[in-house]
Amino acid sequence: MVAERLTAAGADVVRTGSRGMLWLEPLVEVETPAGRVGYGPVAPEDVDGLVAAGMLAAPERPTRRAETSDSPEGGRVVHPGPASPAIRHGESGVYLGLVEDLPWMRRQQRVTFARVGVVDPLSADDYVTHGGLTGLRAALRTSPTAVVEAVVESGLRGRGGAGFPTGIKWRTVLGAEADVKFVCCNADEGDSGTFADRMLIEGDPFTLIEGMTIAAHAVGATEGYVYLRSEYPDAVETLTAAIGVARERGWLGERILDSDLTFDLHVRVGAGAYICGEETSMLESLEGKRGQVRAKPPIPALEGLFGRPTVVNNVLSLASVPAILADGAASYAALGVGRSRGTSVFQLGGNVARGGIVETAFGITLGELVEDLGGGTASGRPARAVQVGGPLGAYLPVEKFDLSMDYEAFTEAGAMLGHGGIVVFDDTVDMAAMARFAFSFCAEESCGKCTPCRVGAVRGVETIDRIRTGQDREKNLVLLEDLCELMTDGSLCAMGGLTPMPVRSAVQHFGEDFTR
Amino acid sequence: MSIDVSDLAALRVERVRAIAGRLRELRGPLLPILHAVQHELGHVDPADVPVIADVLNIAVAEVHGVVTFYRDFRREPGGRATVRICRAEACQAVGAEALAAHATRRLGVGFGETTSDRAISLDEVFCLGNCALGPAVQVDGTLHGRVSPARLDALLGEVATA
Ligand SMILES: Cc1cc2nc3c(=O)[nH]c(=O)nc-3n(C[C@H](O)[C@H](O)[C@H](O)COP(=O)(O)O)c2cc1C
Ligand code: SF4
Ligand code: FES
Repeated sequence: MVAERLTAAGADVVRTGSRGMLWLEPLVEVETPAGRVGYGPVAPEDVDGLVAAGMLAAPERPTRRAETSDSPEGGRVVHPGPASPAIRHGESGVYLGLVEDLPWMRRQQRVTFARVGVVDPLSADDYVTHGGLTGLRAALRTSPTAVVEAVVESGLRGRGGAGFPTGIKWRTVLGAEADVKFVCCNADEGDSGTFADRMLIEGDPFTLIEGMTIAAHAVGATEGYVYLRSEYPDAVETLTAAIGVARERGWLGERILDSDLTFDLHVRVGAGAYICGEETSMLESLEGKRGQVRAKPPIPALEGLFGRPTVVNNVLSLASVPAILADGAASYAALGVGRSRGTSVFQLGGNVARGGIVETAFGITLGELVEDLGGGTASGRPARAVQVGGPLGAYLPVEKFDLSMDYEAFTEAGAMLGHGGIVVFDDTVDMAAMARFAFSFCAEESCGKCTPCRVGAVRGVETIDRIRTGQDREKNLVLLEDLCELMTDGSLCAMGGLTPMPVRSAVQHFGEDFTR
Repeated sequence: MSIDVSDLAALRVERVRAIAGRLRELRGPLLPILHAVQHELGHVDPADVPVIADVLNIAVAEVHGVVTFYRDFRREPGGRATVRICRAEACQAVGAEALAAHATRRLGVGFGETTSDRAISLDEVFCLGNCALGPAVQVDGTLHGRVSPARLDALLGEVATA
């Protein structure tokens, strides 16, 4: 709607992905000689006023276009001429100044998300103009071993949750002999509070395609699959279209960029099962089976899809690879703290005033993210708890806001970073209810293969119900702890193994909610 | 002229067979086939299962096992519109449970059910990737954020009259 009105006003409108400033959407950015100037949130009825006030004023030379956000009402206006100061305090829409200068953007280090919100997602030319393919070209000039070692040196660890070093995984696949090898991208993104995979795929799909192609060269794979959840129909559409464009351009298929590399890529859509984010369950699902977890070993790197050596990586892990190859492992490794190198794409959600995507080096604190960038709660009430790392992650109280966002610090605090989602709750939250939800979610989503998870989760719900209604509270709290121990130690995968994490952290930090 | 039920059933078998035949060469074709059947025919009927199993040359029990494992596959016809309400943590933090209660009250059905006039199927979903703008709701694939009960009523009104 905004886009239509801008077009009617004579602007050349291009739709980009989202900048990740979701509270400002629909965001309109106008290209000026000084850079892109932002307005947001802009309602359709604001457009005429903004234009009258000079939003699209006096193009000395027609620039390419203006621009907007992800949101369905968005569009992007790219356009000429400095925005008239008259708009600065215009009544309609909000003049934001240069988008790159907004405090929210300045605090970030966008590496993986460098192009998201900047380019037209399906424009191959935009992609190349903004540095796309540099990493793949660099990779194709060197040997697979050299690419693998560069990824090892970068310190990149899996962004899907477990944090396993990506380069080491690739080394195993490279070393395996087989008639065919696969690269599979895990885009199941089932964790509540996470949406970075979606934003990347909808905003800059070629980066994922490039990352997977580099992985294929590195390990000797010829075929790739992206397992994308069905809850994201727009991402399915964008990625499918981008793969078509990439094939036309010779970025996929035979003799990629005139090299000897042959690699093709396919999208497979999930079917509403959280457990299919677990890598072996995902492989079963890709094979057309029930998504039941496989026992490990064998590891997927050696016996993965259809029993062949397979790279399984999260969207963000793969999408970080082009920048590593383009700018060098050292420049990526220079960011971060301890054994958490590079940047992480954090996602602020739930009851937060300014929710969205924050990509920054590891080592920022939880409090900086929630308070400085997030602006506290959306309700204006005091924040009470945050859950980091999805439904299997710990609930942390505000007393932990000085925690450094890195793998080790979180492990030490009995928590996990997971996929980088941060969900904020205000002081109206009932933490016993959240602990109950953790068990009921596990009961609902369990693949059913092992007893501690399948039966334990159901017992967990019952036990918390008794605690909440005051039946033998002390005895049931002890039982709850025993149950958590049993699930942690006896479950085949992290679904059952980590469900105790939100439960125990809720009891530990918010014990008062279990005794009233 | 009238078409009787057995003709319709035969027609459906032909279509399912054609879909399965078209996709059988894919690696791991079963999920793509089930998605295509649901997309083109509205649901995956128990009667479709042996047809698919036959085309893929696998056991009927295997296909049945897959259909029942995944939440997405409907085994009976749904409503003309599908409304999915997110009930995961980030949306709970901004009132998703109240919204869910409002929806079931207003439509007079539970989650996983269809209104008696077959206008709307109500489903729950755990995260739509819109967690910064909850409560999130998806109506026939289109995502909506910051859905208050009043906004939900408006959305329901639109699909009911569509
Ligand atoms: C229950 C469960 C759900 C998971 N969901 C996802 C997911 O949605 N996306 C993802 O990338 N990894 C998920 N994982 C982690 C994967 O098993 C695997 O570690 C990951 O895809 C490997 O890629 P990475 O090394 O690049 O992180 C999940 C794990 C478990 C136990
Ligand atoms: S822990 Fe749960 S989800 Fe994982 S294998 Fe066991 S039953 Fe399946
Ligand atoms: S939790 Fe509702 S959209 Fe993510």
